[in-house]
Amino acid sequence: MIIGRVIGRAVSTRKDEKLLGTKLLLVEEVDPRGAGSGDMAVVADHLGAGPGDVVLVAQGSAARFTAQTKEQPVDALVVGIVDMIRFDGRSTFTSADGFGSNGKGPQP
Amino acid sequence: MRLAKVVGLAIASPKAGELEGARFAVVQPLGASLQDRGRPLVAVDTVGAGEGQTVFTVSAGPARAARGMADRPVDLAVIGIVDETLMEDR
Repeated sequence: MIIGRVIGRAVSTRKDEKLLGTKLLLVEEVDPRGAGSGDMAVVADHLGAGPGDVVLVAQGSAARFTAQTKEQPVDALVVGIVDMIRFDGRSTFTSADGFGSNGKGPQP
Repeated sequence: MRLAKVVGLAIASPKAGELEGARFAVVQPLGASLQDRGRPLVAVDTVGAGEGQTVFTVSAGPARAARGMADRPVDLAVIGIVDETLMEDR
């Protein structure tokens, strides 16, 4: 899975009918310290993630292995909304404090 | 399969029901000189690896063949802890 930050959503009225009712988020890949990669994906979401949330995204056929997506044409899916990331021996993200203002995460 | 180092963990309480009980490890893929190579990724840990350990991972569809991962939305799994790497001089 990759770590991503929800930066928006895509609204689509005319789309594959199997995707009716499925929220499509715009997600930028980030590293465990919160630095953006510049890459963005359209990611299906059935967990209720919203702007600013940090999420775990399953890619490829894995995205289809949930009850909600097994029949859907999706290759990226939110499989978790992140509460906390620990990286290089310290906490770099919490849902309460985000990644911290300096991009290096909260102080230990 | 790829060699990687466990460099952290992620906790996600709201998650797909199919991932209930999964442990998420942050892993840094390693290159031909065992250097960091590419971006860190998140893998489901099926072997109980600890931070700092070198492991190997399986990605994409075959990740669902890892222990307990059948029919789960998993694209990367830690499936072994590496005790030692033996590499030729170069």
